[in-house]
Amino acid sequence: MKVIVRKLLAHSTIRFGASVLGLLIALALLAPWLGTVDPAAMDSANINTQAGTHGTFSLLDGTSLAHTFWMGADNFGRDIYSRVLYGTRVSLVVGLCTAVVALLVGGLLGMLAGYFRTLDALLMRVMDGLMAIPAILLAIALVAAMGAQLWTVVVAIAVPEIPRVTRLVRSLVLTLREEPFVEAAKALATPTPVILLRHILPNAMAPLIVQGTFIAASAVLTEAILSFLGLGLPADIPTWGNIMAEGRVQFTQYPGNVLFPALFLVPTVLAINLLGDGLRDVLDPKFAKRGA
Amino acid sequence: MSEAILSIQGLSVALPAGGDRQHAVQGISLDIAAGQTLCVVGESGSGKSVMATSVMGLLDQALRPDAGQILLQGESLLQAAPARLRQLRGQVMGMVFQEPMTALNPVMTCGDQVDELLATHTDWPAARRRAEILQVFERVRLPDPERMLRSYPHQLSGGQRQRIVIAMAVILKPALLICDEPTTALDVTTQKEILRLIADLQREQGSAVLFITHDMGVVAEIADEVLVMHHGRAVECGPKDEVLRRPREAYTRQLLAAVPGMTPPPPRPEPAGPVLLAGQGVGKTYIARDWLGRARPTQALREAAVAVRAGETVGIVGESGSGKSTFARCLIRLIDPTEGHIHWGQDEVASLPESRLRPLRHRVQVVFQDPNRSLNPRRTVGQSMVEGAMNFGQSRAEAEALAAELMAQVRLPVEALQRYPSQFSGGQRQRLAIARALACKPQVLVADEAVSALDVSVQAQILKLLREAQDRLGLGLLFITHDLRVAAQLCDRVIVMHQGRIVEQGPTAELYARPQQAYTRSLFDAAPAALPPMEDVPA
Repeated sequence: MKVIVRKLLAHSTIRFGASVLGLLIALALLAPWLGTVDPAAMDSANINTQAGTHGTFSLLDGTSLAHTFWMGADNFGRDIYSRVLYGTRVSLVVGLCTAVVALLVGGLLGMLAGYFRTLDALLMRVMDGLMAIPAILLAIALVAAMGAQLWTVVVAIAVPEIPRVTRLVRSLVLTLREEPFVEAAKALATPTPVILLRHILPNAMAPLIVQGTFIAASAVLTEAILSFLGLGLPADIPTWGNIMAEGRVQFTQYPGNVLFPALFLVPTVLAINLLGDGLRDVLDPKFAKRGA
Repeated sequence: MSEAILSIQGLSVALPAGGDRQHAVQGISLDIAAGQTLCVVGESGSGKSVMATSVMGLLDQALRPDAGQILLQGESLLQAAPARLRQLRGQVMGMVFQEPMTALNPVMTCGDQVDELLATHTDWPAARRRAEILQVFERVRLPDPERMLRSYPHQLSGGQRQRIVIAMAVILKPALLICDEPTTALDVTTQKEILRLIADLQREQGSAVLFITHDMGVVAEIADEVLVMHHGRAVECGPKDEVLRRPREAYTRQLLAAVPGMTPPPPRPEPAGPVLLAGQGVGKTYIARDWLGRARPTQALREAAVAVRAGETVGIVGESGSGKSTFARCLIRLIDPTEGHIHWGQDEVASLPESRLRPLRHRVQVVFQDPNRSLNPRRTVGQSMVEGAMNFGQSRAEAEALAAELMAQVRLPVEALQRYPSQFSGGQRQRLAIARALACKPQVLVADEAVSALDVSVQAQILKLLREAQDRLGLGLLFITHDLRVAAQLCDRVIVMHQGRIVEQGPTAELYARPQQAYTRSLFDAAPAALPPMEDVPA
């Protein structure tokens, strides 16, 4: 265990990805204390304020706060800096939850398909069918059917990812179930669920974690796309996607309304992907250097 | 003696810092003259392969030679540029590796692969290259050379693949042929043919041969000179007869003594105990279906029968594909037999569902071939050790006490229970696998090629361990092996299998002395030569 941690820390891609991600998590958690105001609050005096302006922000109850509009304000007079920072929470939560849901469901289905040959054909044909539908269309249809809420967005983004996880896990299980230590466990009368959880799953974990990071990255993007299309979370919750969508109409005069959330979106996806690449290098024996 | 083709002088190769020793190879010197075969023999980790790869100039980046000279026909190889080394490989030195499947490119036909080599090293026109390839295929005695040209490696048998590799190694008539365990992955009958082929080619071409092996039987067969290596150092070097008959060093003696002989020991009294494991008429048919759903059955096992009594060791020998492992797996119900009866003690288990089988599973336990894969790498040895006992209703404390006791029996420290399998050597892991099987208090132990992946000295220890466990616990032992020498030493009765059928069986001494069937006789003939008897050390 210690060896793995040391290897992870020695990997520059992982260090970079993890620090960027750590910074974003810190920003999301500490958003209320970083000079933000209520991201939904509108102040008609500050409509389309330029980025970097020092001024006051008047709340609905009449109090005014001294406030710096780091990224300006939008056409409703809402502070973009606050909205982007709070939007980080949504993106990270959706990314993490989607990865967890897709791994749990896909992992379970993959283990069943890989270990029980009778289930294999049926399960995998259903997965093939799911994979034939473009992911974003499927997500849009699911959100439209279930209504816009955090958990529906997560489910909608996770469902199209599940077949890929299932395939991966199934292929891992197919090779692992032939390993002598699995056969030995069978000969030791270990019950099948225990074999799956104790002997097969831990040996499939490394590729799964790596796959999870890629799913998280793509989920952050998909969530932004859904929000941009107006299909994601309700409009009163700020997300990078709906900030960009609202900024789009004024893009030529106030490009910052689109660019600032994008400046957060890009490094987030990049950091998660780099982290995944690094994890694969370290955890996947195929990429591990001999003797290292 | 004529001029040496290959001359190694004081070669040392440093290991990266943090290894178990500083040098993979230290101060090795040798000379091979034209027409001579030098066998380098040693156990795994002795540095013999590192030495061979440094001659080829294919050393791993992390390893670097830090002293000595390698001279090929007087030309220093350690100073040679990569381009020159590429030129030399193939033209002046040919190489044959252990695993022919990985040495060949799976997506190129064999003909194209040999042709690529010729196109690189010669300026012959295509027609001449083709003629040369057909000729060399004939020289390595491949059947139907025209067809071989168009075949992909997976369409050939292991022996044929190794012949293709040898053809590539010898087609340019190199002065030096380097063979790194070329027969280790092959069956005995194939091994015999390949060894003969290498010897014949050597005679025709007058090449010098550097032959790496761990098998003393192979050494006895083909060597002119022998170099024994241990921990990267040369232990003993000399003409074959000197080294095998009058070894000067204790290590060489030990190595030679560990090689099991083909002569069975005097038979033990016949066991009278009850039959603990029996199979009658066991068959296994695999059915592959094509895209129309038409069944294409393959009979892997037909009409196999065996009975193992308490305290008795029954051996099943055969080449790969003979169905011996399928039979063993059916007997322990890791695969379901398509027909026949299997008894564990009194209970018929051939078609018992897994849920009813589970409570009986402790009776028959198994030890597999590959010790690196038979223990879950993500669980500590202790966790693996108590799993079986706890499945059969012991409490954790009881199981742990038993595990500690078993560790003493397999001569490993109790602290080993806290460690992970990767921290143990192959031989130690095989002991752990045996201990894990014994933790279930089995009546029968099935050992499927349990010593085949181990060095001879380790092999001897594991066999001793199995024998002790059998004497102490009155175990029935079913021993599956391809190694006739091991079977001779360990088994009371031997069953010979070929193409999914039992060919012959009988008490070991009788069977080895008077094999009745032609196949059995050819198997015995192919076994590596017996070692000449060692003479006493001059005091």
